[in-house]
Amino acid sequence: MAGSVWIICETQGESLAPLALELAAAARRIGGPVVAVGCGGAFSRAAAELGAHGVATLVEVGGCEGHLQGGLIAAAVVEAISQLGTPVAILAGQTYTGRDALAHLSVLLSAPVLGSAVNVSVDGDTVVAENVIFGGERVVSSAVEAGKVALIGVRAKSFSPDPVAEPISPAVVTVTASPDAPAYRSRVVSSRSEEHAGPKLDEAAVVVAGGRGLGAQENYAAVEELSGLLGGAPGASRAIVDAGWVPYAYQVGQTGKTVKPDVYIAIGISGATQHMVGMKGSKAIIAINKDPEAPIFRIADLGVVGDAQKILPRLIEAIKRRR
Amino acid sequence: MKIVALVKQIPDQAAPQALDPDSLRLVRAGKMIIDDSDSYGVEASLQVAEKLAAEVSVVSMAPNQETAGVRTALAMGAASAIVVSDDQLAGADALLTARVLAAAVVRTGAELVVAATESTDGYTGTVPAQVAALLGWPALTFAKEMQVDGGTVRIKRQTEDGFEEVEAELPAVVSVTAGSVVPRYPSFKGIMGAKNKPVELLTLGDLGIAAEVGERVTGVRDAEARAAGEVFEDDGSAEERIVAFLEGIKVL
Repeated sequence: MAGSVWIICETQGESLAPLALELAAAARRIGGPVVAVGCGGAFSRAAAELGAHGVATLVEVGGCEGHLQGGLIAAAVVEAISQLGTPVAILAGQTYTGRDALAHLSVLLSAPVLGSAVNVSVDGDTVVAENVIFGGERVVSSAVEAGKVALIGVRAKSFSPDPVAEPISPAVVTVTASPDAPAYRSRVVSSRSEEHAGPKLDEAAVVVAGGRGLGAQENYAAVEELSGLLGGAPGASRAIVDAGWVPYAYQVGQTGKTVKPDVYIAIGISGATQHMVGMKGSKAIIAINKDPEAPIFRIADLGVVGDAQKILPRLIEAIKRRR
Repeated sequence: MKIVALVKQIPDQAAPQALDPDSLRLVRAGKMIIDDSDSYGVEASLQVAEKLAAEVSVVSMAPNQETAGVRTALAMGAASAIVVSDDQLAGADALLTARVLAAAVVRTGAELVVAATESTDGYTGTVPAQVAALLGWPALTFAKEMQVDGGTVRIKRQTEDGFEEVEAELPAVVSVTAGSVVPRYPSFKGIMGAKNKPVELLTLGDLGIAAEVGERVTGVRDAEARAAGEVFEDDGSAEERIVAFLEGIKVL
């Protein structure tokens, strides 16, 4: 498809967030050239990496430091469009900052947001985004009306990074948001990490997640112990995050992280729509739940109907005995 | 000071969901309730209002002049409500919804708008920031804590790996995550009092907005089903089967 496709890239500490390269792969499904937009030094230093994934131009947004990035990136994109022309689509991660950026762009460009996309394609001169509903049972295809930029929120791990045969040395353009952008009035005062030790939840080969069926907050320690024994990461359902048992950074699901480990062990999780969207791509799923009708059993490779609070300690002991 | 809590009224999520075969839209019929996510926004608004002696108004867009969910917010302690209802809003996308809500917010004269981060039936998660952008206010999104003090709103904002502290002078829009506060149950007195609180019903014409929708659903299909595996009842030795399974896939 003719016309450029832009991607909004986020960074994690000193490196590019993994989603950025997934977005580059998604953008090339639509067309090209691909333009990457981002904030800060870590983004600028990733030019070669982005070029190796088919990005032709970097748009560096100046003045991000100390403000919420989503709104600033959106305002800067409008400035960049006046220099580089209007893209056919702008992709961002379905993340906190990604959603902020798309929401602001939606107002600034008077275009709708197609959110939670797991696939993108082109039909004639229309960009089509697919998202899943009802816990992943149905797939809905959506498109924007002619003449509007397709703003697409892409779920993590929906695309695999796809390096190009001939890496590009990207051109670099620096833009700054208009000084009256409301995002300048937000001030980021401090930032703190709440991640546990061990592998990251969305990168771990094993995820052990707990839900309401654990009965009480103190029983979550057993979930952490089991995940530690298996070299994995502990996760959680929205229910126990809302209940304050564990921090948000642990949440798996539509609102939280998307995980695709080799094995996902769901303990005391019934399988609400919002949870299953975040883990149904796991290679294998083991579920322990006392309700035989729990939706999680419909997607589990191995399902145990029983009391998680009794089975979990026995499972931990059995694994320890093997060592 | 006036605070607006944005509230979505949705079908009871315990009931099965369905798509209308002709319009491919979510069927929104039957009993409507306040979206559980929004009860956190209402509670967070009330807590700020109680501290500052401010007043909370509820703004909602809903089909068929629905007010049942809004009455819940009034019973919790909100003072008044605006419900925008118009047949032309059937199939409204997030941007049109945000235009409607922002226009209604302007009528209230509020300086602080509080919303949930996303609805429980649609999960778009963009409306609060779209409302902020339309109003030209900063969007302090995904707050797990909110405080207002001397014209400044401060939040702890959820990030991918933890949280950050963010602040802005009012006016501002804040979206709060579920779990940020504990929503109060309406008291009997609150429920009775809610019946007499003012609810203003508006149409698109009242707000001067055209029902323009920029997106369309082009198709719906069944996802590739993930085949269910083996489900068995724990007889006191389930851990052995789990260990064997983990060995089979070489995790152990």
